[in-house]
Amino acid sequence: MDYEVKLEIFEGPLDLLVHLIHKNEVDIFDIPITTITEQYLAYLDMMKALNISVAGDFLVMAATLIHIKSKMLLPGSDEDGEEEDPRDEITRPLLEYMRLKEAAQALSERELLGRDVFSRQDVSWDDGEPGSDEPQLNVSLFQLIDAFRRIMEKDQPGAVMMTFRHEKWSVKEKCQLIISFLKQKPEMLFEEIFSQDRKVPEFIVTFLALLELVHIGLVKVFQPSYGNSEIRLIANFDINGTEDIYINPDLSPVNGSRHGETA
Amino acid sequence: MERPLELIIEALLFASSKPLSPQEIHKCLPEAPIPDIRAALTGLQETYAAMERSFSLKEVAEGYQIRTRSAYAPYVLRMLRSSPARLSRAALETLAIIAYKQPIIRQEIEQFRGVDAGGILRTLLEKDLIRIMGRKTLPGRPLIYGTTKKFLEVFDLKDLESLPKLKELKEFGSGDEAAVHMPEEEGQIETSEENEPPATDGQGRLFPEEQ
Repeated sequence: MDYEVKLEIFEGPLDLLVHLIHKNEVDIFDIPITTITEQYLAYLDMMKALNISVAGDFLVMAATLIHIKSKMLLPGSDEDGEEEDPRDEITRPLLEYMRLKEAAQALSERELLGRDVFSRQDVSWDDGEPGSDEPQLNVSLFQLIDAFRRIMEKDQPGAVMMTFRHEKWSVKEKCQLIISFLKQKPEMLFEEIFSQDRKVPEFIVTFLALLELVHIGLVKVFQPSYGNSEIRLIANFDINGTEDIYINPDLSPVNGSRHGETA
Repeated sequence: MERPLELIIEALLFASSKPLSPQEIHKCLPEAPIPDIRAALTGLQETYAAMERSFSLKEVAEGYQIRTRSAYAPYVLRMLRSSPARLSRAALETLAIIAYKQPIIRQEIEQFRGVDAGGILRTLLEKDLIRIMGRKTLPGRPLIYGTTKKFLEVFDLKDLESLPKLKELKEFGSGDEAAVHMPEEEGQIETSEENEPPATDGQGRLFPEEQ
């Protein structure tokens, strides 16, 4: 038995619908819902027959199409022009999708760096230059925590007293502070970000801020070499600031009613 | 100044692996005012164009960079022993959504394409074409995505405002190769016009609509 598989693989239900609309040469603003639904379902059947697992998204769209089809059959909805066309439910997302598809196409037709045009390659051969290249050694979370503990022990000898009055420091502010440090000095020592901190909770907030910045990729942490316990931070953003940085307005809820939540 | 400004700037551009903005050039040349630097840059652009060299001076990502012209791509690729950088259609579509709709969260991206975007987002982040701009005040505090400076560099864009304009929605109704009008019905076209957001405010400002 020879199978001739003539299936294009569609990435999602919208993709498939766009294909059907083009194939049938129909107007997107007047989709013949019966035809399209039938073909859509036939396609799903074909996928099943070929043992391609049909993703849930496809089934949801099938249900939507059938629902629209049934609505179209109901009297009244088509009478006056003011009534919303049941097909709008798919027309709008489809249009939006087609529009972005075209935009994607237009983007890919530009003169792409690395495909159509080329610029000078990075020629830095001097290893001592961080920022231009990957750091030599990435630091694990545990090493960071160790380093943090060392700082806490150094600056707070003896028993650690924790007093929580009210929140004075927010992760968001500390993020901004670290960013501003790094803008002046794109590479700095781990300890330096704590230079303005006085109280234990403040150290902790600064540390949390650093973790958040590393998490969202604005800061990279590395160790120059094994055995050297020195940990360095480097700015992973444009320090000249043409690219705006959002230390996100809501790392700590400023305007919300929730309080005391941190990263 | 001892040497012609244009030539000094040319040297900087020649040696730089990233686009240089007039401000950055000014930092290296404090004695030259920025308007002069801009004029020199334009001068260089014109000179190269007139000389019909294999390279041109392009304005990308708010800076200037010397780039080879596309006609020479096959040879350069041979020299670099690489294949042209490419993105899958899915990645490209996702990138377009982010570029035009930023700041945007994953759920919204997925709504546009109707498919999961997790893997693609990771790839785009790795390629440094998109970045995480923060988190949104929503349950789960989802990450907000936007494009990077590298995106502008790769796609030959001066800034986000110079993204090609999105087509008007009604343009999809007719005129396209495929679209044969079924029964002509006036008035239907209006249905989808109102939900037309401006492409982007350029700054990728964060959710002003919040609360």
